[in-house]
Amino acid sequence: MSNNLRFKTSKFIDETYRVSFKFNNKTYFGFKGDTLASALLANGIHLVGRSFKYHRPRGIMTSGSEEPNAIIQLHDNSSRTEPNVRATEVEIYEGLVASSQNCWPSVNFDIGGINNLLSPILPAGFYYKTFMWPASFWKKYEYFIRKSAGLGKSPKVADPDIYEHNYIHCDVLVIGAGVSGIMSAKMAAKNGFKTLLVDEKPYLGGSSIYDNSEFSKINNQLTSSWLEKEINEISKLENLEIKLRTSVAAFHGYNFLLARESLTDHLPINQRDNKVRHRLLKIRAKKVITATGSIERPLIFDNNDRPGILLSSAIKKYIDLYGVACGENNVLFTNNDTAYETAMSLIQRGIKINAIIDNREQVDSKICYEVEKNNIKIFKGFSVVDTYGYRRINKISIMKLSKDGQTVIGDKTKLNCDCLGVSGGWTPAVHLFTQSGGKLKFREEDQVFIPDVYPSDQISVGSCNGDFVLDEIIKNTLSSLKKFLNIDNSEYKTLEIISGLNQSKRNIWLLPSDKTIGKTKSFVDYQNDATSKDIKLALREGFRSIEHVKRYTTTGMGTDQGKLGNMHALGIISETAGTKIGEHGTTTFRPPYTPLTFGTIVGRNVGEFFDIFRRTPIHDWHVKNNAEFENVGQWKRAWYYPKENENMHQAVQRESKAARDSAGILDASTLGKIDIQGTDASEFLNRVYTNAWSKLAVGKCRYGLMLNEDGMVYDDGVTTRLGENHYIMTTTTGGAANVLGKLEDYLQTEWPELDVYLSSVTDHYATISVCGPNSKKIVSKVIPDLDFSDEKFPHMSFKNAKIGNIKCRVMRISFTGEQSYEINIQANFGKSVWEKCMDAGKDFNITPYGTETMHLLRAEKGFIIVGQDTDATLTPIDLQMDWIVSKKKYDFIGKRSLYRSDTIREDRKQLVGLLTENPEEVLEEGAQIVSDVKKSPIEMLGHVTSSYYSPNLKKSIALGVVKSGKNMVGQKLIIPMENKNINVIVADPVFLDKEGKRLNAKL
Amino acid sequence: MFLINCPFCGEREQSEFKAGGEAHIVRPKQPTELSDDEWAEYLFMRKNIKGVQFERWNHIHGCRKWFNMARDTSNDQIKAVYKMGEKPPVK
Repeated sequence: MSNNLRFKTSKFIDETYRVSFKFNNKTYFGFKGDTLASALLANGIHLVGRSFKYHRPRGIMTSGSEEPNAIIQLHDNSSRTEPNVRATEVEIYEGLVASSQNCWPSVNFDIGGINNLLSPILPAGFYYKTFMWPASFWKKYEYFIRKSAGLGKSPKVADPDIYEHNYIHCDVLVIGAGVSGIMSAKMAAKNGFKTLLVDEKPYLGGSSIYDNSEFSKINNQLTSSWLEKEINEISKLENLEIKLRTSVAAFHGYNFLLARESLTDHLPINQRDNKVRHRLLKIRAKKVITATGSIERPLIFDNNDRPGILLSSAIKKYIDLYGVACGENNVLFTNNDTAYETAMSLIQRGIKINAIIDNREQVDSKICYEVEKNNIKIFKGFSVVDTYGYRRINKISIMKLSKDGQTVIGDKTKLNCDCLGVSGGWTPAVHLFTQSGGKLKFREEDQVFIPDVYPSDQISVGSCNGDFVLDEIIKNTLSSLKKFLNIDNSEYKTLEIISGLNQSKRNIWLLPSDKTIGKTKSFVDYQNDATSKDIKLALREGFRSIEHVKRYTTTGMGTDQGKLGNMHALGIISETAGTKIGEHGTTTFRPPYTPLTFGTIVGRNVGEFFDIFRRTPIHDWHVKNNAEFENVGQWKRAWYYPKENENMHQAVQRESKAARDSAGILDASTLGKIDIQGTDASEFLNRVYTNAWSKLAVGKCRYGLMLNEDGMVYDDGVTTRLGENHYIMTTTTGGAANVLGKLEDYLQTEWPELDVYLSSVTDHYATISVCGPNSKKIVSKVIPDLDFSDEKFPHMSFKNAKIGNIKCRVMRISFTGEQSYEINIQANFGKSVWEKCMDAGKDFNITPYGTETMHLLRAEKGFIIVGQDTDATLTPIDLQMDWIVSKKKYDFIGKRSLYRSDTIREDRKQLVGLLTENPEEVLEEGAQIVSDVKKSPIEMLGHVTSSYYSPNLKKSIALGVVKSGKNMVGQKLIIPMENKNINVIVADPVFLDKEGKRLNAKL
Repeated sequence: MFLINCPFCGEREQSEFKAGGEAHIVRPKQPTELSDDEWAEYLFMRKNIKGVQFERWNHIHGCRKWFNMARDTSNDQIKAVYKMGEKPPVK
């Protein structure tokens, strides 16, 4: 460690606790309390990365979350590896490993640096302009562009850490724990408000906690001492919760905020196991006090990006908080008083200041005189015009500014330095305020945007509200709080504040140079390498809106979202275009304020918890019997049951054949079930289904089709009349929740006069469907007391029955075209009844089948599946289901739409059967259907919706929708595939047993 | 995210609710009497105004009740919530 850079004066650094860490494979030492940035600076390292586009050497520029340059790869090559981490925010711990990004082979010698030499031909919009022609080459360009894009490397394996989400409700949320944040939290909590105080840093007090300047005092104490006592006091308040290392990411409407609480990132890796890494806090606050402070502005001049150039406030923080000097021969460059505070901190520790360059002609506050007294040379009315040194700044040149500040005059003077502190004044951190929907106003005097109109119950206090001098901050914070919380603030009545700074500033957005602008590189957005030249180019090329200039030049589009340079971009645009900044407004500040890892966002919803899944009561049996599963909505449904060595096709063929030859059994528990009761239940069904229900006898079942008001098929299913005023409706598996919602909608909003009550009972029953020629024999064995004779129990009817002592409902309904019986029984008996059926069916080769076989069997019979054969563009008429649309009923949902000019067109797409010329060839679902492949462009007539090889018909069958298909039966059409055309013949959609003989056969 | 004052349950998070489009559009009592244009007016035409808009909302993960809301679309301020069948309490 270079000892002359570390000063043993900081309370925040534990010098008894040495920490070793690796950066770019070299071991260094720091102390507990250091950030990676402060530890590197203490080791004399400024160069930490290369810039995005030109690969210019870049160093640490700031000391906080606004850092654009010092972004590094943390935990190289481990499962925890994380790109684009700000070195200024990483607290070091024993064993930390980090490395530079965007450089090869090393940060000291980077091949990509050639881009810097090529920069004259890499202006804004270079990619848009260059890779346009020839269009077919894009794929080649893209490969190389993508390869060189991005900064760090994303992890390749699963994240080993645990993340969670928490809800927090509070009366008052205070964001930021600087002077005004601490005062706000104290006053809120002391006046009975349940208060939460959060700050992104690991300590309280903001920048005042290390402010030991004689020029800003409270009650005759150093600001830092006064603040320490305040902090000591609030940490005892019961009403106040304090969360450190907690960064508010988003401020949404209605005072809903998201914050990330970082819990283990500062611990050595071996202490992190089984601990939550980040908590995403979902905060709902009655009142919000934003005290997010402000961010120092850099200055925009030629070569303002070299390692060793830092914000002046960062230099002050490194020396005062971490005891680290950023250089041994410093120059400060400023347009306001702030840099003089930095100067005083350096003077106090005897660190050399070579000179201060001040844009202003007049410098007359107390602190400036004090600096001058210390024999520091101040160049008033001067500006830096260039800097020198490749991997670290070693020299600057300065010139006198003209009166209007537009040019530089006189001779160029060169000054040596190894560190240049810049201060362009302050930008209030209004990001969260604007995210919440707040409107800003522009204050001309010092060229800042400050909060104006609050969209919710919130205020901004402190420097984020545009107060930059201590006495103003405290005075205005107190008066705002009094009003906002409606309280008495007597407790701070006796505050006496001394402030040695004044707010005078000479604001020049783009400092003049002795070179033409084309020859300069004055960076506005450091991370994205956008220069003032690029912004001017964009304006020359016609871009006017700040949003357009941003996207064209990529200014403000890095991971730092341009926290440093956005204001300068606005300033340069308005200066060049001759407009007022206030008229432009700012670009939109979007969440998150600082990046969140995906882990934080998803929380516990990973792996098996990614989504809820629902299991039927018979699920375990399916698993035990080797079923493959398919997701239907949130349900896991048995898909098919492969026997040894069977593939899906073979299993489905076997299952399908068995169901028609003897017996099959299906778990249909997932079908939606809605219990409908009330004296108007029949009338209600009349209105929601296309067919008539009033005459359905008790104990009978009927298939129903439900439309949307636009006439398109929405859902279907069988409904059974259990009693005079009692029905049970079944819906499709995926549609259950939506159907219930739709029915409730009509009941509550259109027909509140109907006496009807709906309950979802989907989960209450297990549904077992036994089908096939031997199904009757099997269910008779399972329920011996029930008369299954066709006379007593015909197709489309229902019986109450008992299995042992357990009540069940048996419906004789069929989705396969075979005789079949559905047993509905209380869910917890589902598995045992299923096993009883399997046992009873042993002699009949009862075969469990899954959804795939179910689909095949119903396709043979030409039954549609809503959502597979339909897609919300098909009416029942299009589906050739005219028979189900009542002509007599005056009204039902969707009826009027069935004879709109569009729905009565003859050339609509209609459902048809398709048979391949070669019966062995199976079509692909989704394939296009055409009649003429020679025509260009080929006219698309429709597409295949369902396609299977039918083992019962011994040929390939398919359903599809075809324009005017109804009238094309017997015609030849073509399915063009990648390497061949398949000929098909249009057929009736019912392929098997159109007369329904099998359903009613005497067996 | 809104905080919605369900007229039946009280204040709840927006994530418990589902928006249901423009309010106060009554389904015609005699659809068969309507011309194609009149029916299309009911079926398709919806307002999308900047300012106070009347909307239907459903407390889908709560009481399942539908209700109406007057919301200023320019700043998302909810001006009023009221039950189905009631007249809007604001203009």
